[in-house]
Amino acid sequence: MNELAIKAEKLSKNFGSFKAVDEISFDVKKGEVFGFLGANGAGKTTAMKMLIGISTPSSGKASIAGYDIYNETEKIKRNIGYMSQKFSLYDDLTIGENLRFFGGIYGLSRPDIKLNTEKVLDRLHLQKEKNALVKSLPLGWKQKLAFSAAMFHSPQIVFLDEPTGGVDPLTRREFWDMIYEAAELGTTIFVTTHYMDEAEYCNRISMMVDGKIEAMNSPKELKKQFNASSMDEVFLDLARKATRTGD
Amino acid sequence: MRFSLIWQEKQLEQEINMKQFLVFIKKEWLHIWRDKRTLFILFGMPITQIILFGFALSNEVKNSKIAILNPSKDALSAQITEKINASRYFDLVKEIKTNSEIDLVLKSGEVNSVLVFPHNFEKDFNHNGFNKVQFIADASEPNTATTLKNYMSNILLDFQKTKNPNSVNPLQIKTEIRMLYNPQLKGAYNFVPGVMAMILLLVCTMMTSISIVKEKELGTMEVMLVSPLKPFMVIVAKAVPYFFLSMVNVVSILLLSVYTLELPIKGSLVLLMLESMLFTITALSLGLLISTITGSQQVAMLISLVGMFLPTLMFSGFMFPIENMPLPLRTISNIVPAKWYFIIVKNVMLKGLGISGVLKETLILIGMTVFLLILSVKKYKIRLA
Repeated sequence: MNELAIKAEKLSKNFGSFKAVDEISFDVKKGEVFGFLGANGAGKTTAMKMLIGISTPSSGKASIAGYDIYNETEKIKRNIGYMSQKFSLYDDLTIGENLRFFGGIYGLSRPDIKLNTEKVLDRLHLQKEKNALVKSLPLGWKQKLAFSAAMFHSPQIVFLDEPTGGVDPLTRREFWDMIYEAAELGTTIFVTTHYMDEAEYCNRISMMVDGKIEAMNSPKELKKQFNASSMDEVFLDLARKATRTGD
Repeated sequence: MRFSLIWQEKQLEQEINMKQFLVFIKKEWLHIWRDKRTLFILFGMPITQIILFGFALSNEVKNSKIAILNPSKDALSAQITEKINASRYFDLVKEIKTNSEIDLVLKSGEVNSVLVFPHNFEKDFNHNGFNKVQFIADASEPNTATTLKNYMSNILLDFQKTKNPNSVNPLQIKTEIRMLYNPQLKGAYNFVPGVMAMILLLVCTMMTSISIVKEKELGTMEVMLVSPLKPFMVIVAKAVPYFFLSMVNVVSILLLSVYTLELPIKGSLVLLMLESMLFTITALSLGLLISTITGSQQVAMLISLVGMFLPTLMFSGFMFPIENMPLPLRTISNIVPAKWYFIIVKNVMLKGLGISGVLKETLILIGMTVFLLILSVKKYKIRLA
């Protein structure tokens, strides 16, 4: 059995002469919570887009859940979940309709959709709001719901792109509880974030600077390595080296 | 054994694809259904436009106010006056006494035209076998003035014929005019095909492009692209509901035209519907192209309105005759899809032509559709890479 969820080898993406992602290599183990950090413009999003199959790499190799990102994108798509920074739910549909839709496009059967919907509603204590339009929900709930939608088809790996932007610390904490639950059940989590307290929650972190991975280890080891008391210091230390300006 | 397994897998995949497709269409319907205001506009607009163009905005001039200057005051001129007043085009509101008053009543806007009889009208008419009247019209609105002139000539010609049925002038060239396909010169014959083209463009091009761009703005498009949905399927699923909405609109416009405006459908209804479907697909692919080159709903709307709606209005031949345009504009009009649809609808509906009569136009529309589809699929793929 392949124990690696994600394996990237010298993965690059060039836009003309600009090297947005410059030969990054890393592995993510199954069930790991992997933090993908970097300043704005460091190439995080571009790297993630290549991994989830909506952008073709310029060079390098990578496999997701054991499938090649060049030839087996269809299989990859069936096995991953994705939550974008915008939460990407439909405001004018109800909670139930949103979940049914996301289940439906992943080809889940009707009974499965029903079962999973009940589970999600129970988990989020949203039973009463099942038929409420998503637009009436507070931001924190929308975000948890978006995560549940990304997890609805029980993917092997879930990609979260800055999932906690703009929500309060308590909700963020609850959100991370959900992430841990998913990880315990064996889902691999690949998450980008700007919050350093969140970085501490990760099993392992990679730091991207100017398209390259400058550091990669557990938060504890990283702090030791950079002789820093917090992840904030580690981040600032590395980010200052950047010659590219953020966007 | 292995082969049959692959085959089964293929079939299963197709089944899942079909399911995904239906799930997506259902979601689109919900979007449209929840947005009651837009729904109301989509269905209300064709009805309002037909009623507006049919009853309020019309090229026909009815009950135009006319004054008469008649120094003769004899039986013949009275008969003519009577006939003019009885027609639905003119409404005699004033009898003036002197030449100087003519300018006055026209300037004040009291009347739009004046008919002037000469002195001894009947006497001279009987003596010479002909006579003259003068028709003066306010041409500050040139179209109205021309229309009034034509109405007046027809009334007088008609009157002359009843008076003098056997008058044969050996040196006369007589023009017998027949207004084919639209004998009453009804405005509806022109605007119904025009309104159809406009509504289809609006519903398909604008709504489709807006709804696709909306998903881009929301970030849901990205989620779709990461999902196993085929990108092309997303686009087609977006277009399907609008296709059906457009067909409903076509039917309602046709029903309204036939039953309230008494417009004939002389040709094949099936052909008319098929051609409308073709044009709908053209409009949908235009919307698709717009959505691939824009990133915001506002821009999509602006391009659809300014880039599609205005040219349709100007270059389809619906408002302004293309024949009168200078060559560069006539050339431009050829790339406006609505022009060809407009011709098709007129030919099928009013002239009763079959497919052979609109073959050229149909082929042009098909060509445009294929071109637009290929272009937008290419653009879409480039964006993905």
